Amino acid sequence: MSHAGYHPVLDPALAPPFPEAALPVLRNPQLRKNVAHAIDVIQAKRGRLVEEKADWQELRTAAAAIREHALENLGAYLEQFEARCTAAGSVVHWAADAAEARQIILQLLREENASEVIKIKTMTSAEIQLNPHLAAAGVEVFETDLAEIILQLGEDEPSHIVVPALHVNRSQVREIFARKMGIEDLSDDPQALTAAARNYLRGKFLSIPTAIGGANFLIAETGSVVVVESEGNGRMCLTLPRTLITLAGIEKVLPRYQDLEVMLQVLARSATGERMNPYTSLWTGVTPGDGPQRFHVVLLDNGRSRILARKTERQTLRCIRCAACMNACPVYRQTGGHAYGSVYPGPIGAILTPQLMQMHHAQSLPYASSLCGACYEVCPVKINIPEVLIELRSQVTDQERRQAGRFFDPMYLGMRIANLVFGRAWLFHWAQRLGRFGLGFFTGKDGWIHALPGMGAQWTQTRDLRGLPKQSFHAWWAARGGVHREETR
Amino acid sequence: MRASLFITCYNDTLFPETGRAVVTLLERLGVEIDFNPQQTCCGQMHANTGFRAEAFSQAKRFVRQYGSAEAVVIPSSSCVAMIREQYPMLFEELGNAALRAELEALLPRVYELSEFLVDRLGVDDVGAYFPHRVTYHASCHGLRALQLGDRPGRLLAKVRGLDLVALENLDRCCGFGGTFAVKNGDVSSAMLAAKLQDVVGTGAEFCTALDNSCLMHLGGALHRQYVGMRTIHMAEILASTEAVPAEALA
Repeated sequence: MSHAGYHPVLDPALAPPFPEAALPVLRNPQLRKNVAHAIDVIQAKRGRLVEEKADWQELRTAAAAIREHALENLGAYLEQFEARCTAAGSVVHWAADAAEARQIILQLLREENASEVIKIKTMTSAEIQLNPHLAAAGVEVFETDLAEIILQLGEDEPSHIVVPALHVNRSQVREIFARKMGIEDLSDDPQALTAAARNYLRGKFLSIPTAIGGANFLIAETGSVVVVESEGNGRMCLTLPRTLITLAGIEKVLPRYQDLEVMLQVLARSATGERMNPYTSLWTGVTPGDGPQRFHVVLLDNGRSRILARKTERQTLRCIRCAACMNACPVYRQTGGHAYGSVYPGPIGAILTPQLMQMHHAQSLPYASSLCGACYEVCPVKINIPEVLIELRSQVTDQERRQAGRFFDPMYLGMRIANLVFGRAWLFHWAQRLGRFGLGFFTGKDGWIHALPGMGAQWTQTRDLRGLPKQSFHAWWAARGGVHREETR
Repeated sequence: MRASLFITCYNDTLFPETGRAVVTLLERLGVEIDFNPQQTCCGQMHANTGFRAEAFSQAKRFVRQYGSAEAVVIPSSSCVAMIREQYPMLFEELGNAALRAELEALLPRVYELSEFLVDRLGVDDVGAYFPHRVTYHASCHGLRALQLGDRPGRLLAKVRGLDLVALENLDRCCGFGGTFAVKNGDVSSAMLAAKLQDVVGTGAEFCTALDNSCLMHLGGALHRQYVGMRTIHMAEILASTEAVPAEALA
């Protein structure tokens, strides 16, 4: 069902381009209101907690340095993690891509004879589209994170990486719960809704012996896995089952246990506007008689090594998935997450998704930004997202300009002509005269242009354009007898 | 003190009154003005749309034309940001050592207008008179890339007669973003609508900024919606005096 009669597509290979995918959201005032309200609340909390931290910029610098160091030595730290984690009684698997990761997980579930699994919220599992594949293989998946339950029962898709159901308001949650859990007199009071979810979940926690989760961090020094969460459902999944499978991107590794001191501070403040998140679980391998007795870690590459090898783009992998960038993004504020056609929306999604797709899909995403820089300003690991966006735009342009059909594309034609014109002042001045003449036909009696054809219509859909003035600045300067003394070399 | 003006392509074509105001203002402050009529564009449109080689050729052109200037003054914060942030990366990738050295020597002499006034000339009272209710839009590049900070506010505070009204959500983009406004016209329009709510909410007569690209965006929508508020580049406010008021008031 999802909202207003459309179902968002979060597979970058199938999703429509961003400008098109944004339309159903832009036409849905309720959805936009939900998104704006939710991020305004988080933003305000984050703002207060960042302000109280006098050394916030130093913390960001430290966090960026830790992540960058880990990436520079990623191979060594991953091997160290594997060795320590294995020594502690777990099994480490390496998956080159999404298909291999799914196959490994499915094989592990078969060995367990598992027909049901409980899940902790993990965007990485959404990246590899694990749930539909497990369902197709006959494994029933139960999400345990409140937001993920809302989406699973509502047959909807995540629109945010920290608050995946942020586009759904509580009366919509009430409707979904009442319908799917068969509770007729459910109120939309948050306490009643969480009680319903708790009641629904308790049975799953106690009866399903297999869990799948993700990782916020992997610690190379100790072989530990770290999961940070708010609701305690993760703690249940990490302690009650017999078997636990952790799926983690290879970039999640931190060198030392001590690095958590910095990372946990910046993560909680950036993600949820809290000094410390409610539940932080750290565990190392298997402890006899305590918690899961079988523990597997699946380390996923899925395009990450390729990103690692690129100079400008590598910083993308520093990301700790706090979502501060999307909360700060004026584009996301209008479109929400579904328009990005990926489980990773917002500014980080706009750079991460096309790279994970090896630039074969999601080419519209690097353009889904006004380059305002709000994302870079809030990023706790200082990813210069605008810089990466521009780098990816040039890759998309290089790719597209080689296509024969693009030769007369108005954007490409216009850019080539503009380059020619900007290279010669006389041609630029001639083009100004031509423009004044041409636009004259569209200029109204009030001196303004109200409607333009072609690409210009994108502008005049909501804005007028003042008609070109009769005299350019350089013509005024020349008429005034203005001088130019500096020599052009 | 001699300043070379880089008026930029769109100001030259669309907003010559801004360039004229910069000349009036700086001459009043005793600055000798130089303008190279060969100037065209900084390359920002090409760079931000992914046309890197083309942006590089504009960048080289700028460095060749302004390399020997005592100071370059640019009344467009996004163009200054382009030069300061993107030129070094472009030259790193496509340029040579000589070009990089030339840029490095030039960059400290490149000023956005408010930087030039406050930092280089050391003035915040430029003797302006503009008896109107005005709100200031901090363009993203001025705010984040250039970190203009309180410079625009200090300059406006000293304008006689000016009633400055604070704008809510000052750090939020107006949705222009260059080719973003046409490549993502619908999303850009939605961002613009949100920004307009704050701008119109100030009840000001004028919305000012240090970048005509944002003002073209906001002004185009204000005109479309018949809102009795107009946009004006801050140079025009600062150039305005009792004897010679801003052209916008004519």
